Amino acid sequence: MAVNMSSVLGLVFANMHDKTIEDLTKNRTMGSVMFGGRYRLIDFPLSNMVNSGMAEVGVIAKSNYLSLIDHIGSGAEWDLSRKKGGLHILTPFSNAESVLYRGRLEAMQGAVGFIKASAAEYVVLADCDIVTNMDFRPILEKHVATGADITAVAHTGIYTLDDTRSCTVFASDESGRIHDVLINPLMSGACSMSLNMFVMRRDFLLEILKQAAPRSLYSFEKDILQSKCREFKIYTYEYDGYYSKISNMKNYYEANYALLNFENCKKLFAYKRPIYTKVRDNAPSKYGLDSSVKRSLIADGCEIKGDVENCVIFRGVKIGKGSKIRNCILMQGTTVEDGVEMTNVITDKNVNISENRLLSGSVEYPMFIGKGASI
Amino acid sequence: MYSKKECVAMLLAGGQGSRLYALTQKVAKPAVPYGAKYRIIDFPLSNCINSGIDTVGVLTQYQPLVLNEYIGNGQPWDLDRVHGGVHVLPPYQSAKGSQWYEGTANAIYQNLPFMDRYDPEYVIILSGDHIYKMDYNKMLQYHKEKDAVCTIAVLNVELSEASRFGIMFAHDDGEIYDFVEKPKEPKSTLASMGIYIFSYPILRKYLIENELDQNATKDFGKNIIPALLENKERVYAYRFSGYWKDVGTIDSLWEANMDLLNPNLNLDLYDPTWKVFSRNPIMPPQVIGEHAAIQNSMVTEGCVIDGTVDFSMISDGVTIEEGAVVTDSILMPGAVVKKGAVVEYAIVGEESVVGEGSHIGGRPEDTENKNEWGIAVIGYNVTVSPGSVVKPKQIVYENI
Repeated sequence: MAVNMSSVLGLVFANMHDKTIEDLTKNRTMGSVMFGGRYRLIDFPLSNMVNSGMAEVGVIAKSNYLSLIDHIGSGAEWDLSRKKGGLHILTPFSNAESVLYRGRLEAMQGAVGFIKASAAEYVVLADCDIVTNMDFRPILEKHVATGADITAVAHTGIYTLDDTRSCTVFASDESGRIHDVLINPLMSGACSMSLNMFVMRRDFLLEILKQAAPRSLYSFEKDILQSKCREFKIYTYEYDGYYSKISNMKNYYEANYALLNFENCKKLFAYKRPIYTKVRDNAPSKYGLDSSVKRSLIADGCEIKGDVENCVIFRGVKIGKGSKIRNCILMQGTTVEDGVEMTNVITDKNVNISENRLLSGSVEYPMFIGKGASI
Repeated sequence: MYSKKECVAMLLAGGQGSRLYALTQKVAKPAVPYGAKYRIIDFPLSNCINSGIDTVGVLTQYQPLVLNEYIGNGQPWDLDRVHGGVHVLPPYQSAKGSQWYEGTANAIYQNLPFMDRYDPEYVIILSGDHIYKMDYNKMLQYHKEKDAVCTIAVLNVELSEASRFGIMFAHDDGEIYDFVEKPKEPKSTLASMGIYIFSYPILRKYLIENELDQNATKDFGKNIIPALLENKERVYAYRFSGYWKDVGTIDSLWEANMDLLNPNLNLDLYDPTWKVFSRNPIMPPQVIGEHAAIQNSMVTEGCVIDGTVDFSMISDGVTIEEGAVVTDSILMPGAVVKKGAVVEYAIVGEESVVGEGSHIGGRPEDTENKNEWGIAVIGYNVTVSPGSVVKPKQIVYENI
């Protein structure tokens, strides 16, 4: 059954999972973590919502949200600078008595006025830890068809201990109805892992929030999905599109590298469903006289005079003559001077590496250089 | 609504650009791609906003679809404004009838009502076919200092090239006393850049007088400027010394692109204080493959490159497959070069496909008769079938 997508409200949680990649979220939200040469993680849920026909999105931010606000601005880049609907950044209400929220339910309590004011029929909740190009329409359609109270997007795959260290796993029957929920189960093997995206009716969500507040319930996963899975009809939606889940530094690194494969790149940046981001008006990238670049993703505004292989290079990076860069992720504004050798290194924004330095991390544990550092 | 503006810009963007042949069959010259991620009109529009001019009328006439869509509401150039901003001004029908724009002066004349709305002190006239960075505000200050009624930006050119331009004769203080349009035997090297600042009441007066003259060709260079000089009005030359290039021909368009690869070029696209803005195509970063070899080139977003690229400009969304070789060439947005194809000294238009093993263009040193050599051009949305040969200087309009 077709759903009127202009009547679906999006709620994006910018700070969920901050702790999983602490190095990168020291000065920013999970949503504003850089990814894939020119993006920030929030670009994916926002673009997916817009490309699915949604036109009203609230971004729930908790802390460190300066970079997020700078990135999103009025929402114009996602076509969300609107009179009807559009993008709203929902920062925490706080006064002397209140504390910052602990979980998704509490976060939404702070935004309950916004949710109430919307005229939408359905709500899509999404975090910023999943990098994918997803169409929400079939999920809404299935939600209506199954008559579920909540539909949880999940993917069944073979996972390692590292993958399940911070995640939610569902057990469901043949119809897809969830009868058990495990949180951070530390298990390995085949299981159905939550992609932290949920669909429900807006009035249902408001009712949950109304019931949860006086009982001091704050976790959506624990207090709703886990405790109420027999009371509510909670169904999974099995997503089988290309995606990466960011839950630690290693898989952040791998998710970036996966894009060096042409096919993966085509799946994530589908021509008809573009991923929008803030435009910086950089000039094209310039390749120098003796440059050599292979198997790499290069954003605009770079000046490359050295030798680059297996790298993800963000906007405005400079790489000097004779430098050899292997398996590195160099974020916006990184300057690598002449004669530097770097292997398995991630640099945050505006890092400067002086000439002839030799830096090396390992594949399992890449070396991370913090924002603005000079080496 | 009160919306006075000190200076309004009028950008002449109606030209067909017939000397760009296949590249301007479907698009007006100002919308021709340049410098991997720009279109020619990005330069004057960016100059306007960087110079503090936020009201721009863009006069269009020839094939305006692509240009109109590109300009849109002006947001990429910060020209989406409550007062002013960018306005596309096509010719229109009125109670007295309808009229195409005939000549540059007539085009501006027909838009007097547009300019009147902003009650400007000054109007700057620009053209949409030049590549340069210029602070129009400095020129406006000069215009005020000289108490001029008209200031013309000029550039010193080589004497041998002077016959291609409108040539000025000026006193030491900058006052222009004579002007010759494209002289056969030039006696001065001060060339007009086609950029004029007028004090608006004077411009208005001369445009109306020119319109009443049945014999006039209604052109700035041929009528308005000579009339000002004849009446001993204060016309001044403003000397400009940066990079400026007219991209009206295939050769000059190719050269202007290649100029960007010169590290000593006096046109810095990377200057954060004077960015050249453009409409973003919303594409991922460029993906460089296993077999790629790229040197001395500019490449932008959305490209997928697995071949060899040297001394070339590669625009957004271009694909260069494994084994393909692109040298000394310009690939416009969305062009595809299939496996094993060779593209040298060529311009491949937007969305065109060079089939497997094709050979486009040739090197000057490999051409015996130098007169037969030139830049090869594949037009807009043309498919070159596998194994085809396109000779140097050849222009391909349709699928081959």
